[in-house]
Amino acid sequence: MNAAFRGTDQYVASQDLLGAVNIAIALKKPLLIKGEPGTGKTMLAQAVADALGKKLIIWSVKSTTKAQDGLYVYDVVQRLYDSQFGNAGVDDIAKYIKLGKLGEAFSSEEQTVLLIDEVDKADLEFPNDLLWELDKMEFYIPETKETVKAKQRPIVIITSNAEKELPDAFLRRCIFHYIAFPEPEQMEKIIRVHFDTLDEAVLRQAMDAFYWVRSLSDVEKKPSTSELVDWIRALQLSGIDPDRIIKEIPFAGVLLKKDKDVTNMQRRLG
Amino acid sequence: MFIGFFYLMRARGLGVSLNEWITLMEGLLEGLHGSTISGFYNLCRAVLVKSEADYDKYHQVFLEYFEDVPFGEALPETVLQWLSNKEEALKDFKAFLETQGYDEKTAEEILEQFRQRLKEQTEEHNGGSRWIGTGGYTNFGHSGHSPQGIRVAGESRYRRAFQVLGDRRYRDFRKDNLLDIRQFQMAFRLLRQYSDRVNEAATEFDVEGTVRKTCDNAGTLSVQYKKPRRNTVKVILLMDSGGSMDYYSGLCSMLFQAAERSNHFKELHTYYFHNCIFGAVYKDPRLTYTSAVSTDWLLKNFGSDYKVIIVGDALMDMYELIARHYDRLLGEAKYSGFDWLYRFKEQYPHIIWLNPEKPPRPGGYWGQSYAKIAEIFPMFPLTVEGLEQGMKKLLVSK
Repeated sequence: MNAAFRGTDQYVASQDLLGAVNIAIALKKPLLIKGEPGTGKTMLAQAVADALGKKLIIWSVKSTTKAQDGLYVYDVVQRLYDSQFGNAGVDDIAKYIKLGKLGEAFSSEEQTVLLIDEVDKADLEFPNDLLWELDKMEFYIPETKETVKAKQRPIVIITSNAEKELPDAFLRRCIFHYIAFPEPEQMEKIIRVHFDTLDEAVLRQAMDAFYWVRSLSDVEKKPSTSELVDWIRALQLSGIDPDRIIKEIPFAGVLLKKDKDVTNMQRRLG
Repeated sequence: MFIGFFYLMRARGLGVSLNEWITLMEGLLEGLHGSTISGFYNLCRAVLVKSEADYDKYHQVFLEYFEDVPFGEALPETVLQWLSNKEEALKDFKAFLETQGYDEKTAEEILEQFRQRLKEQTEEHNGGSRWIGTGGYTNFGHSGHSPQGIRVAGESRYRRAFQVLGDRRYRDFRKDNLLDIRQFQMAFRLLRQYSDRVNEAATEFDVEGTVRKTCDNAGTLSVQYKKPRRNTVKVILLMDSGGSMDYYSGLCSMLFQAAERSNHFKELHTYYFHNCIFGAVYKDPRLTYTSAVSTDWLLKNFGSDYKVIIVGDALMDMYELIARHYDRLLGEAKYSGFDWLYRFKEQYPHIIWLNPEKPPRPGGYWGQSYAKIAEIFPMFPLTVEGLEQGMKKLLVSK
C-alpha cells in the first residue's frame, strides 16, 4: 500500500479530491479528473508525484495524438534509410522501436506517476484504444514479438476538459472526480501558497471583486485561479489603494481576456 | 452488500455497471471509506459516478436509499452543545434572523417550526445525534420560509454533516438545464466526431502506409491510399421565427450563434419560416419579402446528403398544417403544411426537429399540431441532452 497523498506546500487540495486520489491509488485504477479550466487539474499530477516522491511522466494529448504513440513508435523510415546504406544493425528491429510515454512508464524500474493530459483533445476512439493497456498494464510489440509489462504499476492520472464525451467503457474503468471551482475559503489558501507577502486589504478586496466578476452572467470567459493570481500580483506591484479595487477593477485586462467581457463588466460597474 | 442501492441507482438512470460495483466492493474491503458515512459517500461517488452532471442525481439517490441509516459520525462539538441547550440557541437564532431583516412575526413562525422539528427529533431520534435528524434541519432549511436564514445558521453549526449530506451543490450540472452557447457548440461537435472517415473514398496518399507496405514487400514499392480526415457534414438549419417563438428568441439566437461558430461543418445554411414550412423560406429572420427563397429551389439544390435541423415550437392551428391557402407567397398554393413537411421528410433521411417548448397536454388545442409533427419527425427538446440526442440521431440513417 502506498503512502497516502495529503496535498503539498505548493498544492492545496480539497478533502474530496484527496479522498479520490487515495481511492484511485489504493484500487490501482486510473483517476479521471474533470473541472473548469484553471482549477489545477494538471498541477495535481505534479503534486502527487512530489508528495509521494515519484517520477512524473507527462503525456500531453493533442488532436492528432493516437493511442499507438503512447505505446511505441516503429521508425520504419529510419530503418529503410539505414538499409540503403547497409548500416550495421538493420536486422535488429528492436533498434527502431522507440517507447512512447506509456511504454516509458511501464518499463520504469520504479513506480511512476503518469499524467495523460487533456485526453478529450484526441480522436473519439482514443480512450477506447487504451482500454487494454490501462487495464492490464501491458502491451505487445508484434515487430519484435515482445511484451512490455509494467514492472511497477504506475499511478495514472487523466485530465479532461469535457470537450468531448468519453466512451462509457473507458469511464467504467476509471475513478472519477470533478474539481469544483474553489469556494472563497479554499481560494484564499490557494492564493496564500502563491505569495510570500500579501497585503491583507488587497487580498480581501481582490477576492470580493473576483467572485463578483465571476458571478456576472454576461461575462463569457470567466476568470480562473491563475488569472486571479496574476491580477493580485499586478495589484501589489502597482501599489494601488485597496479601496479602489472593488470600485474600479483596475487592470481588468488581466482578469478578462475578451474585449466584450471587459466592456460588459465595466457597464455593470456603472 | 447494499445490492439494493445498486439497483436503485440503475433504476434512477445512473448507468452503474457490475465492474464498477465490484471495484466499490474492493474499495470497501480495503477500508477506503474510513468507516464514516461521508467517506462512504465519497468513495461511492468516485467509483460509481462518472460525470459531474450526475452528481446531483447521485446525491438524491444516496439520500433516498440511506435515509434511515443512523448517522454514526460524531457530530461537531458545537452541535452537541447547541442541542443540549436549545432555548438559549433559539434565542440566538431569533436575534440572527432579525439581523437578516426578517420581522419579528416571521422570525417567530420560523422558530416555531424549528422548535417543533427539534421536538420530534428529541423524541424520535435520540437527541438528534442521528443523520436523519440532521438531514431534517437541512430539509427544513431548504423547504421553505427562510432558506437563507436557516442555511447560514445551519452551516456554522452543522459544518460537515450539513455541507456534505444536505447541500446539493452540483445541481447546476444537471443536463436537463437549458444551455449556453458553449454547451450548444459542444453538442454540435458531436456531429463532427462521428463523421470522420465516412462517406468518402480513399484518395489521400498514405506515406506511412506506403513505407510500411514497401518494407514488407522487401523494397518493392507498394503505394497506399487512405481516407481523408475531413468533416463532411453539411447542415441546413431551419428556424421558426416570430409569434409564439418570441419567448425563445434568446435561446434560438444562441443556437444559431453556436451553429455559425461551429466552423467544422462543411456547409451551413440557415433559413427562417413562420410556424410551418410552406412554399417559401427566408434568409432574414424578419421574414421580409425580399429575403424569400422558394422552398422548391431549396429542395432541388440541397441534396439528401444534407442534415436538416428544424427548430420550432410546433404549436399552431391545425389549419396551418391541413389547408392549402397558407402557401400563398409564390405562385399558386398547391401544397398544405403537411405536404411540405412530408416532402422534407422524404428527401432528407437525416432530419430532426428541436423544440424549445415543453410537450403540451395531449388532446388539448396545441397538443394536436405538436403530436402530429412529432409523428413525422424525431423531436428533441432544445436542451443539452436533447441536442446531443438529436446530433446522434442525425448520424444514423432513418
